[in-house]
Amino acid sequence: MKDNILISLKDVQVEYDGQSILKGINLDIRDEEFITFLGPSGCGKTTTLRIIGGFAEPNGGDVFFDGQKINGVPPHKRNINTVFQRYALFPHLNVFDNVAFALNVKKMDKKLIAKKVKEMLALVNLSGFESRNINQLSGGQQQRVAIARALVNEPKVLLLDEPLGALDLKLRKDMQTELMRIQKSLKITFIYVTHDQEEALTMSDRVVVMKDGEILQIGTPQDIYNEPANAFVADFIGESNIIDGVMYEDFEVEFAGQAFHCVDKGFNLNERVDVVIRPEDIIVGDYETSPISGQVESVIFKGVHFEITVDAHGYKWLIHSTQSQEVGALIGMNVKPSDIHIMRKMEVQ
Amino acid sequence: MSNTSLTKSRKSSTLQVLPALPYMLWLVVFIAVPLGLVLFFALTDSSGSFTLDNIVQAGEHMQVLLRSIKLAAIATFLCVVLAYPLAYIISRRNGFRRRTLLMLVMLPMWMNFLLRTYAWMTLLENNGIINRFIMFLGLEPVHMINTQGAVILGMIYNYIPFMILPLYTTMAKIGNDVIEAAQDLGANSWKIVTKVVFPLSLPGVSSGITMVFVPAVSTFIISKMLGGGTNQLIGDIIDLQFLGNTYNPNLGSAISLVLMVVVLLCMSIMGNMDDETMGGRIL
Repeated sequence: MKDNILISLKDVQVEYDGQSILKGINLDIRDEEFITFLGPSGCGKTTTLRIIGGFAEPNGGDVFFDGQKINGVPPHKRNINTVFQRYALFPHLNVFDNVAFALNVKKMDKKLIAKKVKEMLALVNLSGFESRNINQLSGGQQQRVAIARALVNEPKVLLLDEPLGALDLKLRKDMQTELMRIQKSLKITFIYVTHDQEEALTMSDRVVVMKDGEILQIGTPQDIYNEPANAFVADFIGESNIIDGVMYEDFEVEFAGQAFHCVDKGFNLNERVDVVIRPEDIIVGDYETSPISGQVESVIFKGVHFEITVDAHGYKWLIHSTQSQEVGALIGMNVKPSDIHIMRKMEVQ
Repeated sequence: MSNTSLTKSRKSSTLQVLPALPYMLWLVVFIAVPLGLVLFFALTDSSGSFTLDNIVQAGEHMQVLLRSIKLAAIATFLCVVLAYPLAYIISRRNGFRRRTLLMLVMLPMWMNFLLRTYAWMTLLENNGIINRFIMFLGLEPVHMINTQGAVILGMIYNYIPFMILPLYTTMAKIGNDVIEAAQDLGANSWKIVTKVVFPLSLPGVSSGITMVFVPAVSTFIISKMLGGGTNQLIGDIIDLQFLGNTYNPNLGSAISLVLMVVVLLCMSIMGNMDDETMGGRIL
């Protein structure tokens, strides 16, 4: 990743049928960065991607590419290519002609086209598939063709709109690794859209969490996971316990009827806050001596860990633990100060 | 075990045949038998004995046949040219606009065929509405009725919906994302049409051509009403053999047979071309 800014969105707004789809997006995307727009469906992530690609025009605000304003520049004149959600391959062309499409449009020399297509197919592990028909390919292979077809043009930026959504879990994991490898080896910017938080955390240099046409948080995967900006981000990125609390003073919070030390400060005295605790950060302890205690309600085996629900102080606490518990057992819970995340209450919407 | 499954499969096969039976019956009684009769009449004389005279005689009308093919081919070609952009426009619209445009395309088809063609007569006549308007502007009237142009116009007017609808159907199936992909890969509007939309719409073009060319090549009403006596088509000749003064069903059958063979030949040539284009060899 370089430090220079390649794409810049300034107060980008989109309205459709009187409804606000994007409410003033400000975002700088760096050269050679792998950036992911993450959010639930309808949050505006695909619209943002379409604006960068030139398939949609903002009602307000500007888009800059390499310092130049590109509002109104049609897609075929942007040095950006796209991998579409449902691949959108050309059904009348074979694998070779699909990948060669952009080069044929440019009327490039046939020999050079053949060479470049060959390189691209090798890059996506599809060597030897040149003369196959599109409908003879599996979903994963079609996906690879779509990636090769978009990359053969040597774009500065590749847009990927939920490209792995239609693949099964195993294939998706393989393709994630492969996309990361391709991005690193070609040294181009990837802008990736997904609603899968795990995918976003695995692949990205930076994650942009969106909701209702707004950016909630921009940061590295670690930042987003460890220091979520608010309860929504915390809940969307991995599972969380979100509990009402009161900030007594700096480094001291009260929740579940107990005072806890924490590492957060800068709140008003007695401000009502959201307390976020990751399920894996809860330490199971003795019923009598632990600060929080409750009764085990359910235990589900999840492979790596057990997912334990505990009823305590009017909340259902979610615990991830490698140790199983008896349903109905009385257990205690504790949390380290550094694992207590304090967040301002989101404005009521 | 194997016994029960055997009876089961037999049962299901009779169940599968049963619904098809009425159609089979229809095909035999109203298509296969009449075709056999045409063949029989074409190869016999009025006394019912075998002869090839009718076929030879049908050859005398070769010129009319060629004229029919020429006019129908021109009309079909113009139908493709005129219908293509419209079908594309309709296929890229949504909801209300799409339905309205489709409705407008089909609306004339609900009017009686004879009436439609008759209306064109009154428009094109030497003293017709168009010429009166031209004279009103102080220009020389144009002779339009009873020309080949008038016949072609009549064919286009009557048959163009049969071109628009199959074209529209295939084009509506081309996803917006495929068109966006082409745009994304550097294609301008022209290249999108030539490299993506046209090749993907070829099945529609080919069925549209069939649906326009076949009725156009065998029409007799259009040529009778708009072409006058001088621009007879093969359909008029056949019409004369059955309903005219020269009553000769044997010759009429022979000409019909020749026409059928010619149409079949045209269609198979079309079909071959289509296969090749789909394989990307022509484009």
